[in-house]
Amino acid sequence: MAGKPKLYYFDGRGKMESIRWLLAAAGVEFEEKFLETREQYEKLLQSGSLLFQQVPLVEIDGMKMVQTRAILNYIAGKYNLYGKDLKERAWIDMYVEGTTDLMGMIMQLPLQSAEMREKNLALIIERAKTRYFPVYEKALKDHGHDYLVGNKFSWADIQLLEAILMVEECKPDILSAFPQLQAFKGRISNIPTIKKFLQPGSQRKPPADDKYIANRGKCCLTSVRFHFPQLLLKYL
Amino acid sequence: MSGKPRLVYINGRGRMEPIRWLLAAAGVEFEEKFVETKEQLEKLVKDGDLLFHQLPMVEIDGMKMVQTRAILSYIAGKYNLYGKDLKERALIDMYVEGITDLMQMVMMLPFSPAEAKAKNLASIEEKATKRYFPVFEKVLKQHGQDFLVGNRFSWADVQLLEVILAVEEKIPAVLSGFPQLQAFKTKMSNVPTIKKFLQPGSARKPPPDDNYVATVMSIFNLN
Repeated sequence: MAGKPKLYYFDGRGKMESIRWLLAAAGVEFEEKFLETREQYEKLLQSGSLLFQQVPLVEIDGMKMVQTRAILNYIAGKYNLYGKDLKERAWIDMYVEGTTDLMGMIMQLPLQSAEMREKNLALIIERAKTRYFPVYEKALKDHGHDYLVGNKFSWADIQLLEAILMVEECKPDILSAFPQLQAFKGRISNIPTIKKFLQPGSQRKPPADDKYIANRGKCCLTSVRFHFPQLLLKYL
Repeated sequence: MSGKPRLVYINGRGRMEPIRWLLAAAGVEFEEKFVETKEQLEKLVKDGDLLFHQLPMVEIDGMKMVQTRAILSYIAGKYNLYGKDLKERALIDMYVEGITDLMQMVMMLPFSPAEAKAKNLASIEEKATKRYFPVFEKVLKQHGQDFLVGNRFSWADVQLLEVILAVEEKIPAVLSGFPQLQAFKTKMSNVPTIKKFLQPGSARKPPPDDNYVATVMSIFNLN
């Protein structure tokens, strides 16, 4: 049964949000099963559906796919959002990895203490302004095309818009020094599938709030904590 | 200009090691430029060689590639180690991502604060033996083939061998409950390109020592 892709995750952004964006941008309808109780999560674990005992899980084309990056790669490839050859794919991958790193930093914020959060928020703003956004600003300026890679709409464009909006939620005027990105944001937001996704009532999730954090903690007992200085892991 | 890929990184495993493994397994000769000081790194950044100001960086086919995963995907695709279609690629990606999560724990172990080291090592053992190795043991058992995906040597096999050896360096008996993985390890170690890479004098880097940790901390300003 072909059916729509089915997404298993918490009712919130987390690691699933980039997948929602990509499917939506590709015009693919999908279903969602939200994990709201510990029992549901345990049941999913016991069913053997989670290859590495983790979500996200996406049932798609007869596969139970896990690992965010694997899922995104598959969707991008399937819906022709991954460039026309190996080299375009390489550029898309590089750009996507950059925005993933930036969004990853933002994703951690709600899980941190107030003190760490303030410090990391400042770091995120700095990184966005001096490390990440200048790269995309320059790419767009240099080739003058509407899209980042190969003069064609791709996964890299979707992820960049997602990252821009996420950083703007932290600092509304973050794009003030980036005219290309401002224009890019306007253009990509108006692509019909994306415009639809940006409207209220779509499957786009709001930023994490305390309820989401509490729910995650309840559902997903990490039995083994890996103690490691956050800073080293994230910011190398 | 030799035309060989040129790897720019610290003289040690870190995030570049999987790339060394994959190039070596594909039979591709490469050069290495070792970054030894903060000043050298800053110069690379200033010269615009590092897209996101980070290492690894690999000069390959006219590109200055950054981002480990992007580099690995490109090499895998170029040298036909990425499956024959989208679905095989999906499987390879899932396996590689899982292995990378485990590898990351091993990579970061030497950087753990002293009081957390034993705990982190125990985490690695638990994750390896309860979460990751059982998956690959089962895959190999179920299809009975030599390779993880599509009955053909791929990036997933290279990465699995790498992580097995890396974990064994810390936990020598880690494969004791995994007969399929033991056989896999032997078979993959005997693939000619990999056998060569496993011999002394190859580009393979030794396990991280205190000197390596100190170098990383100093270059990346982490003291």
